[in-house]
Amino acid sequence: MKPVNQKAWLLILPVVLCVAFSAVLPLMTVVNYSVQDIISPERRVFVGTEWFKSVMRDEDLQGALLRQIGFSLAVLLVEIPLGIGLALSMPAKGARSSAVLVMVAISLLIPWNVVGTIWQIYGRTDIGLMGAALAKLGIDYSYTGNATDAWFTVLLMDVWHWTPLVALLCFAGLRAIPDAYYQAARIDGASKFAVFRFIQLPKLRGVLMIAVLLRFMDSFMIYTEPFVLTGGGPGNATTFLSQYLTQKAVGQFDLGPAAAFSLIYFLIILLLCFILYNWMQRVGQDAATTEGAAHG
Amino acid sequence: MARIDLDLAHAYKPNPQRDEDYALLPLKMSFEDGGAYALLGPSGCGKTTLLNIISGLVTPSQGTVKFGGRDVTGQTPQQRNIAQVFQFPVIYDTMTVAENLAFPLRNRGVAPERIRQRVGQIAEMLEMSGQLNTRAAGLAADAKQKISLGRGLVREDVSAVLFDEPLTVIDPHLKWQLRRKLKQIHHELKLTLVYVTHDQVEALTFADQVVVMTRGRAVQVGSASALFERPQHSFVGHFIGSPGMNFLPARWADPGIEVCGQVLPMATNPLAGEGRFALGVRPEYVTLAAPQAPGAIAGTVTQAQDIGTYWLLAARVGEGEGQQLIRARLSPEQRIPRVGDAVWLSLLGSHTCFYRDDVLIDNDNKEVAA
Repeated sequence: MKPVNQKAWLLILPVVLCVAFSAVLPLMTVVNYSVQDIISPERRVFVGTEWFKSVMRDEDLQGALLRQIGFSLAVLLVEIPLGIGLALSMPAKGARSSAVLVMVAISLLIPWNVVGTIWQIYGRTDIGLMGAALAKLGIDYSYTGNATDAWFTVLLMDVWHWTPLVALLCFAGLRAIPDAYYQAARIDGASKFAVFRFIQLPKLRGVLMIAVLLRFMDSFMIYTEPFVLTGGGPGNATTFLSQYLTQKAVGQFDLGPAAAFSLIYFLIILLLCFILYNWMQRVGQDAATTEGAAHG
Repeated sequence: MARIDLDLAHAYKPNPQRDEDYALLPLKMSFEDGGAYALLGPSGCGKTTLLNIISGLVTPSQGTVKFGGRDVTGQTPQQRNIAQVFQFPVIYDTMTVAENLAFPLRNRGVAPERIRQRVGQIAEMLEMSGQLNTRAAGLAADAKQKISLGRGLVREDVSAVLFDEPLTVIDPHLKWQLRRKLKQIHHELKLTLVYVTHDQVEALTFADQVVVMTRGRAVQVGSASALFERPQHSFVGHFIGSPGMNFLPARWADPGIEVCGQVLPMATNPLAGEGRFALGVRPEYVTLAAPQAPGAIAGTVTQAQDIGTYWLLAARVGEGEGQQLIRARLSPEQRIPRVGDAVWLSLLGSHTCFYRDDVLIDNDNKEVAA
């Protein structure tokens, strides 16, 4: 039998420590809260899975979860195609390309609460450009009074804020396609659509996967912008999971249920990302091995 | 199918001034219908540019491209009906092998029954019939390149098929096989084929006519034997052959020509006009000679290598600044001199060429004979 060298454990110690301090320990404090009822700093009672059970039964939370899933799906359905389209129409070379890149990236540089504020003013029917214009057109628009309008505004704001990210990723992906592919397509007499369908889209698979995961995770955790814009209203029409959680933890100081819900929230994101990632991997499984680099 | 006439120049930059600004210097060239041509030259000599101009991927900055007398300079590759195969495999990842091969036909609205038939034929020719329904993306590089070749050959009515170093990524043994296949296809289909390569063996075995290019200039168009026997330009002499031609600075010193301080007697002066003259002789035609033999030059052996079927001899001739190295291919049957031996090498014969400013002086061969 081979002698086992236990010293090898030392080699992974730095990673273990890093992960422990950055992820496991903070998470453990949440786990700690989620199984106790903290009445005062000196008095705490172990309640087991009680908080988890109550949170799962919470109808407000179920509503927030459904809204959240709907919102994230809408974000993906709008931003991914729009981002691809934007990237395709951006100039590829020269000074114009750089100028367009900077312009497209501007919204990504704005702090999130400023984005919320911008749209809050933009949508106001008295002084906001969009709100006033809609009012002038005779459209009864109010993001504070009408649930549909509030949804529309929040979604529009997210599309405005984050589509450029998808566009920039796709732009980089498009630039990485060797010229020979386009030349071959011209020789083969491929139409513009065929070029998109059979060359560009398959070659964008990698960056699109990143774009979908990023946009999904970010939109699923959205907090600041709707908080500033609508405050979750009207009613709780735009109260998404993060905001609901904050209300529970900070507003009502229900630390136990909030901690239990945090863990569930975390697991939901983890699970959905896992499913998305695997699904997208499988969609292009065979295409994965193709990095037929071609130069001149 | 049609004869292709080129009369053009191309620069990628606007307002080219000097020769260096041009990717292709002004050239006039014709490719006969049904011929097999090779464009041969080192990397960056403009051969790919020339190919892309023929196919229509690049529009020449000056001049015209004509197919069968018709000006097609402004036309797209599709209008010109040309097929082109690139250096690195280009395949459509999401399609199967069969779909890849069918793609150029499908885009042109060929009937499905006819497509199936053609794809079957091409796959058989490339020995890919068994893989028709596999995803193309998962295949090895050489299989992918075979698909690219197949896409180039699947249309029967093309004006020409252009190949841009298509066998770069292919294994040597398969390379040989595919090259033979292309040659066979050429004989069967009588398509005009233009083949770009920097490999002289590939060019000389594939093509009836080879265009040798360097620095944006087509220096010689000719058959393999013409390129070997009468290189029109010293570049061709260097580039074709292994090793390349020996070039020795020469000048007329009545009654002969002086090479490396030694005078080789000649009846008439082959070095007409003014300029920088050189004598060129292939290592294959340099032979050992008796001391003081006419047309021979004295030297010292610096290297003698057994290359298998022949010996490669290098000898130093001349002194100081004018010192030159002459290479000779000797048959192993004779006695091979050793390093340090004094030898006499015969340079003059019917295969000897003379150059003025790197260009062949067109003398009648017989006069040159010693």
